[in-house]
This record gives sequence, structure tokens and C-alpha cells, in this order.
Amino acid sequence: MKVLVPVKRVVDANVQVRVASDNSGVDLNNVKMAINPFCEIAVEEAIRLREKDVASEVIVVSVGTKACQEQLRTALALGADRAILVETDEDLQPLAIAKLLKAVSDKEGAELTIFGKQSIDEDNGQTGQMFAALAGLAQGTFASEITIDGGKLTVSRETDTGEQTLTLNMPAVITADLRLNEPRYASLPNIMKAKKKPMDVVTPADLGVEVTSNIKTLKVTPPAERAAGIIVESVEDLVDKLKNVAKVI
Amino acid sequence: MSVLVLAEHDNSELKSATLNTVTAATEIGGDVTILVAGSDCGAVAEQAAKVAGVAKVLVADNAAYANMLAENTAALIVELAGDYSAILAPAMANGKGILPRVAALLDVGQISEIIAVESADTFVRPIYAGNALATVQSSDSVKVITVRGTGFDGAAAEGGSAAVEAISNATDAGISAFVSEQVAASDRPDLTAAKVVISGGRGMQNGENFKLLEAVADKLGAAIGASRAAVDAGFVANDMQVGQTGKIVAPELYIAVGISGAIQHLAGMKDSKVIVAINKDEEAPIFQVADFGLVADLFEAVPAFEALL
Repeated sequence: MKVLVPVKRVVDANVQVRVASDNSGVDLNNVKMAINPFCEIAVEEAIRLREKDVASEVIVVSVGTKACQEQLRTALALGADRAILVETDEDLQPLAIAKLLKAVSDKEGAELTIFGKQSIDEDNGQTGQMFAALAGLAQGTFASEITIDGGKLTVSRETDTGEQTLTLNMPAVITADLRLNEPRYASLPNIMKAKKKPMDVVTPADLGVEVTSNIKTLKVTPPAERAAGIIVESVEDLVDKLKNVAKVI
Repeated sequence: MSVLVLAEHDNSELKSATLNTVTAATEIGGDVTILVAGSDCGAVAEQAAKVAGVAKVLVADNAAYANMLAENTAALIVELAGDYSAILAPAMANGKGILPRVAALLDVGQISEIIAVESADTFVRPIYAGNALATVQSSDSVKVITVRGTGFDGAAAEGGSAAVEAISNATDAGISAFVSEQVAASDRPDLTAAKVVISGGRGMQNGENFKLLEAVADKLGAAIGASRAAVDAGFVANDMQVGQTGKIVAPELYIAVGISGAIQHLAGMKDSKVIVAINKDEEAPIFQVADFGLVADLFEAVPAFEALL
């Protein structure tokens, strides 16, 4: 069974981003980039499936600029077998990405595609579900545990009120939540080995996918800042302020 | 022009997030129709019909929709989509799973977690964990949108008298099946609907110590939340997580206990009206967003606080 794992290059989770002064977006100059943390969990899950001989091959794929090769190499160092970059300089929306990934998946014949549940930059949380819809497949979003047995996938999902368990027909689509696993660190020998693993580069045109979007960003602004608060000296003082100043208790 | 709102419910109760979504729908403009997809969900339809500002309630009462499986529910919405210029759902697990599917099947974009409606085609949504706000415009023929409840006041639950219409659609895609559900039982209010939320972080040291927060919550009628650090450390269940990848809350009063205030946590609570932080580390970033900060050992401060309530 081939497993496809889409990964996204995003601003590192520890970076506090700043809105660009012309309000065109956030300032990404000289900012540390990384694999989206949820995509990293997805990669880890795929590798574990291969280690258990459930999966035969783990293919990582990214859509974006040439720089995304960096994140694909990281995924290869974690243990993925090979990588595909769908190279484009355009800033694509989730629907276009889902179409491109479906074209890759069709070509590769993947039986399982594991996404991260959302990217921490745009916070859309759409691509996995859109891919599943385009491919006519079942989806297990916000997955905290998956098991595969006899052509069925059982998934536990994080919901608003607790946990839900579903069975999905294979091929299937999973989006990874935080508790699915704890990703490993890449060892130095594996980082060296990853440099020699195959990386194909294709373009949207090669895949025959037209990438247009009807959603455009008009402006990006910083959120309203909260007025500075005060430090209270004691618990009594705190209760007094909440009762008599803020009037919330 | 007409807007379809997918109801969030558990087949017996209409969840309050639906009311916030109705408000967003009203701001977009046009008649508002609520779709209740479920099984034995007549009570929900009755509640939906009473919501102020709703013109019509469609009820798809069928076993195929009992658990709102995304594959089946998305197919249902696509069948109905032709009549609407916008399709909205609360940005909760159901809506977030279903609406991207709907958008892809309609070959349109989807707009996630809006917090404001600028016009019928222009919306504001947080990006980068709320560190920036994007104003986006859609030229798609139908706008498919999830709505963050904290961005909109809830429509009145009573006062409306919408017509209820049963629809006979019964799409079962047959590719997914419900097995079981473990719902965390609690007598406390929902995190996302509570007026007061008290949350614990890594500083709580273990799950047992959350009892300190429960004592306060009992007195204030509060919901209990947690930071991702506390969830990752196994202190409490994930459904209590407040933050970028957990629940987004904006109560009247948010009390952060032993939480340092990582940007991912702030993303989930910084729109609260009043924020209190109790932390022994005076350098903790949580103090930068707190209206009232108390630098103290939580194991002394929280019981003392509770005793004074």
C-alpha cells in the first residue's frame, strides 16, 4: 500500500509574525521556515505504518516554490521514501492544492493519503477534506488514532465533545490531529541519507491542472491590541477588582 | 438571495453556535434557512424554527445523517445548494469537516472561520493564530463559509416562527460508518458558550490538581479549559484545549492559571472581555494580555481566590 503525505512549508511555530507595513500580508523576510507541525505528525504516522509493514512506500509531496524542497528533504530524513514537488510560484488556495494533489495521487495510485488537519499559517483546515471530496473518498478528520485491517480503516476523531470512532472504506483520507503521535527527530545518518533519496519536480501544467482562485485577499491587518492591564498585589485585591472595577463576578 | 445555515446539534438540542452563525447569515443578507440534518431530530427543528430572523427550516431526518457523517451531509448540502448564494456552518468539528467537501464538490473556494462580514462577498478571518486578520473577497457564485462563534453575537433563540419543511433526501454514500462516540460527561457549561472560563496549564503539574479549578468553576458557573501543554502532558482531555488548534473562546471572564501564554494559546482566548492571569513567573507572556495579573503560587492563590467568592 502506497501512502501519500502532503506537507506544507510554513513559518516556524515559534516565530511571532508581523504584518507587512503595506498590509499586503505578513512579513516573511528572514523568517525561519519549517514543515507545518500537523504535516509532520502525518509523515510520522505514515512512516510508522511502513515500519509495521502495513504501508509499502511513503511518498511526500509539497506544492509551492523551489524552497519547499527543504521541507521535503526534512520529511525524507524522517523516513519517507521519496518526494514530489509540484513547483509553482503562485500563491494557491486550498481547492487548487487539492486538485493538484489529486492528480499526483491518481498517478501514484495511493491507497491512503494523510494530511495535517490544518496549516498554522493560513489556518484554513480545508485541503484534506477537499481532496477527499474530489476523489470521492471517505475522510477521517482530526484523527487521534488509526488502524487498518482488511480493507477498512478505523479512525478515532477528536470532536467538540469528546471522541468519535468511524470506519472508512479504503482508499481513504486522514487528517492528523495533535495526539495521533509524537514525531521523531531525524538522526544525522538519516539526514545524510535523505540527500540521496529521489525528488521529482513537476509543474501544475505537467499535471494538467488549471489553478485559479476566486478568493482574493484584499488586505492583511494586525489585530486590535489589548490595552495594558495591571498587576494586582493580592488575591483580595484581585477579587475586589473583578467585583468592583470589571464587574464580572 | 438566500443563505443556508447548517445546524449544529446532537439530534435533541440545537447548539448555541448555530445562533452565532444565523447572525453572520443575517449580516450577509437575504432569507435565512436553517438545515437540520440528523435522525429523530424533530425537537431540533422545532428549536430552529423559533430562532429569530429565520425564514425557513429544512429537516432531513434520516438514519444516513444520524451522526452527520461528512460524506453524507456534504452530498445532501450539494443537492440543496442551487437555491442559495451562501452556505454557512459553525466552525466546529462537523462544519469544518463538511463544508470544505461541499465547496470542492461545487468547485468553489471555502472561507474558514470568519469573524466579521464586511459585505455579501467580503469577510474578515484570522490567520497565523490570530496574529493577523485577512480581509478576503470571494467572486464565487456561492460562498461556502465556516463561522467562528466568538465573532458574532447569538441570534435570539426565541421569537421566530419559521416554517418547517421536511425533505426526503437520503444520501448514504456508503463509504463511512459510525462506530461509537465517547462524550465527556460534564454538568458544566460548554467551553465555547460559557460566560466564565477557568483554564489550567503546565503549571498545574498534574490532572488531579485541576480539582482546584473545579472548586472555582463551581462557584462561578464556569467551564474548565486547558492549554495545549496541559493536554500534551496528559493532565486532561483534548476537548478541553483552548487555542489555535483547540477551541476558540471569548467569555466575559477568562482566568488563566499556570499558563505561560504561548501564541497558540493566546489565539484561543485573547478576545475574552476580561482576562485574569495567575502565574508565579512574572515574565510569563500571558501577563501581556491580562487585564489583571497576579504573580503568585497558584497552589496558594487559587484556593484563597475560591474562598473569597
